Amino acid sequence: MANTIKSPLPGTFFHAAGPDDPPFVKAGDTIAVGDAIGLVEVMKNFMEIKATAAGLVKTVLVENGAPVSAGQDIVELED
Amino acid sequence: MSIQTLFIANRGEIAVRIIRAAKELGITTVQACSEADTDSLPARMADRWVLVGPASAESSYLHVEKMIQAAVEAGCDAVHPGYGFLAENAGFAQAVVDAGMRWVGPSAQTIEHMGDKVRARAAAQAAGVPTVPGSAGRIEGMGSTVTIAEQIGYPVMIKASAGGGGRGIRVANNEQELRKLAPQAAAEALAAFGDGGLFIERALPTARHIEVQILADGKRAIHLWERECSLQRRRQKVWEEAPAQILDEATREALCASAVALAEGTQYSGAGTVEYLYEPETGAFFFLEMNTRIQVEHPVTEMITGVDIVAQMLRIAGGEPLALQQEDIAIDGHSIEVRINAENPAMMFMPCPGVIEKLSVPSGEGIRFDSMLYEGYTVPPYYDSMLAKLIVHAATRDAAIERLSSALSGLCIDGISTTIPLHAALAKDEQVRSGNVHTQWLEPWLEQQNLDVESQPGNLEEAS
Repeated sequence: MANTIKSPLPGTFFHAAGPDDPPFVKAGDTIAVGDAIGLVEVMKNFMEIKATAAGLVKTVLVENGAPVSAGQDIVELED
Repeated sequence: MSIQTLFIANRGEIAVRIIRAAKELGITTVQACSEADTDSLPARMADRWVLVGPASAESSYLHVEKMIQAAVEAGCDAVHPGYGFLAENAGFAQAVVDAGMRWVGPSAQTIEHMGDKVRARAAAQAAGVPTVPGSAGRIEGMGSTVTIAEQIGYPVMIKASAGGGGRGIRVANNEQELRKLAPQAAAEALAAFGDGGLFIERALPTARHIEVQILADGKRAIHLWERECSLQRRRQKVWEEAPAQILDEATREALCASAVALAEGTQYSGAGTVEYLYEPETGAFFFLEMNTRIQVEHPVTEMITGVDIVAQMLRIAGGEPLALQQEDIAIDGHSIEVRINAENPAMMFMPCPGVIEKLSVPSGEGIRFDSMLYEGYTVPPYYDSMLAKLIVHAATRDAAIERLSSALSGLCIDGISTTIPLHAALAKDEQVRSGNVHTQWLEPWLEQQNLDVESQPGNLEEAS
């Protein structure tokens, strides 16, 4: 079972803080627990999603601007 | 010719409200739906629904071309925009008319005029409506801004000319803050509205928010008295009442007459609301803005006047002259509305979309529930958090608060967190009960409260 970070909230997932900003994380990045990995827009509020595990990012599983459900995997870490 | 087939260019409880009024008038209803809303209550209630786009509002309810195309293809001859989304978008109003349909609201020119705060303020002044002391128009350059601020006196509010919903607003307590905050406000206004124009006004920190409902047919206007909406969080109304108990008769008459003068001065057509700040210490009232659409809190006015405002909008848009006379509109008792949002008041109002597992709604004399909910409905995460409005009516304000408390204890929305516990706590608060509140009252109150969520039926799970 791959190590993943899940969205705690349903909503719309964004890779970056704004259209002109760099993504919070991309494949190959090393992240620590508590690092921001993306934003979920829920009911017109933007919530920062924090890493619940540390490691090397294998894939960002959700496309920018795509819907996510609560508990859905959004980032997969290398084993 | 009256409206035959109405396109509802909105969602949620206001779509339900519009469908109800349209059905009573024998109008066929077509509900606009994003992919997230095809199982919504208005989609179920309307004669039919049409898909307008994906869940994201930008690609559906805010997308002018898609909405127009859907309305035309469905054979609609009129469009009701509700509130929010495209309701105050002059381009959408004009596109509806250009496509050969009726727009349920004032003309695109009126929407554009009132949507520009500086022009609206000038229209208010031309109609003899008092305005907050401030810059005569857009401020140009920091030097003149500082001079104007000194003339009107600190604290001053810095507002976006194209603004709305509280965005772009800053309060500066002195020159140093003004010099720092004005450029920030301009940048935020440019990003949010595509227009960085600003104006400044004297801030009225203990003022109350009072607004007048008007109806007009392009020639004649009447008012349906006032509402008070001083309980606000982040400039969003939380609890609304009609009438405003603080006003004496002379002030009430002057306030309402000024709203009628503004509506007639702009050849207004449809329903509208003129918003004011009222300063209890001096008894002065000042024009804030005019909203050219139906408002969330319209039911409290309906409860005290007996007028169906949405039905009146549809009649006026259908070409009927306003049938109501001013002398027919009397105030009967007192009404309060509270907004039930999918937010957890015990956790900094965190949004809580999800499944409505159980719903029980209070009923009885003087209780109304305007809602988008049904048992088993999944509240989607893509839109505003307001789910429903609980409205009560009684002979007096005290009796209305008692009725509200009782109705709230009978309202149970299981499965998600809601703002029901907030309203139950407010209804018990001595300051609220005595009416001793203003627009800056609720936020400090919230900071001091430990909202007793566990005492609320139906919210035990969220509290644990």
